[in-house]
Amino acid sequence: MYDIKALYEANSVNEAIELMQQHPDAKIIAGGSDVLIKLREGKLAGCELVSIFGIDALRGISMDEDGTLRILPLTSFSHITKDPLINEHIKVLGEAVDMVGGPQIRNIGTIGGNISNGVTSADSASTLHAWDAIVELTSAEGVRQLPIKEYYISAGKVALRPAELLTAILIKEESYAGYKGHYIKYAMRNAMDIATLGCSVNVKLSDDKKTILGARIAYGVAGPVPMRVPAAEEAVRGKPVCGETVDAFAGAAMQNINPRDSWRASRDFRLHLAHELAKRALTESIRLSGGEI
Amino acid sequence: MAQTKLVKCTINGEYTETMVDVRASLTDMLRNDFRLTSVKKGCEVGECGACNVIIDGECYNSCIYLAVWADGKNIRTLESLLGPNGELSDIQQAFIDEAAVQCGFCTPGFIMTAVEILESGRRYTRDELKKLLSGHLCRCTGYENIINAVEKTMNKRLSEREGE
Repeated sequence: MYDIKALYEANSVNEAIELMQQHPDAKIIAGGSDVLIKLREGKLAGCELVSIFGIDALRGISMDEDGTLRILPLTSFSHITKDPLINEHIKVLGEAVDMVGGPQIRNIGTIGGNISNGVTSADSASTLHAWDAIVELTSAEGVRQLPIKEYYISAGKVALRPAELLTAILIKEESYAGYKGHYIKYAMRNAMDIATLGCSVNVKLSDDKKTILGARIAYGVAGPVPMRVPAAEEAVRGKPVCGETVDAFAGAAMQNINPRDSWRASRDFRLHLAHELAKRALTESIRLSGGEI
Repeated sequence: MAQTKLVKCTINGEYTETMVDVRASLTDMLRNDFRLTSVKKGCEVGECGACNVIIDGECYNSCIYLAVWADGKNIRTLESLLGPNGELSDIQQAFIDEAAVQCGFCTPGFIMTAVEILESGRRYTRDELKKLLSGHLCRCTGYENIINAVEKTMNKRLSEREGE
């Protein structure tokens, strides 16, 4: 038995918002692969839960008329990896979430839960940052949108207001068209582990594949929240596709992050990883885009 | 007074209705209310895979799945593999033949993941099989024999299908 004081099940977004208004201290539970484990640890002992697991209207991936990819928050990691729209337009997101936990965890874990925990190591978060994702938040007052960068406030804290629910993750056409990306998770083992450092890079090359028109990079575990590194992106904009450009990118990336010492790894090791992973992820992104180094 | 909910679901092919405590995990419900003791209580935090069951065709660790979420679902446990006269299925026999079982605690969970793999009808490489089985811990066998059992059953089923 879990140490739960009460469980309220929502079957629609409106019902979830009403339940959150009626029970302001209740925690949201989506797939439960974080909340139920915290309960087992005693961290949330005696809490009230609003379950949104049953809201099937919050599952699936579609494309809006203007080309925006709409990822609904209860979509499981395994369904993201298998989805044809994801594979066509932002394959790296499917690959990134295929590194979360193990197969059973990827069937229950949701992308909305992954980012709403506000954890820096979330495997989907760095890729969503690197692709300029927008979160759609719904409350009784209406719907608002925020860039994912502004969704993350501090470690474990996101910009959800009381009785507000994440109802979609959006990626605009201008953010994905022409880009190819690669994610590298460095961890101690291949399954059931949390990233020591995660690095997601994507790039758009010129038609002749000789020039970088744009590159984007985001890290997980390089700071208290996932972060983009604009200095690295600026360092390679308009630059030729070559080894020096890759080195300049990685050098700028590692000088503009602030990882910490933790029991998992030292700050120095994370900086070393940040440099190496930026190089490898950019090189692979260039290769995927048809460029050669 | 504990908060309860009526859960209507299909378990191993049989429609069931039962009142569950909202605090129960699906492992609790399957073991305590239905005596399906192939569903093991291992780590209870979704790491070891001993409680793995198939829900609507996909594998889940039932220890981190609320029992109330089972409402409307089709759930399969290892017990569903038993033949009408108590015969073992091919994948269970392969675990015995390959010495993929020692203490046996992890076996039901592994076999249900194997069932999902085999029912996909796809041919996987050994590396792919390792990844698909990576949500389970076994402290006895060293995994090699488990992967052998799944790989051999996969090859056998696929060649039988091609022979038809």
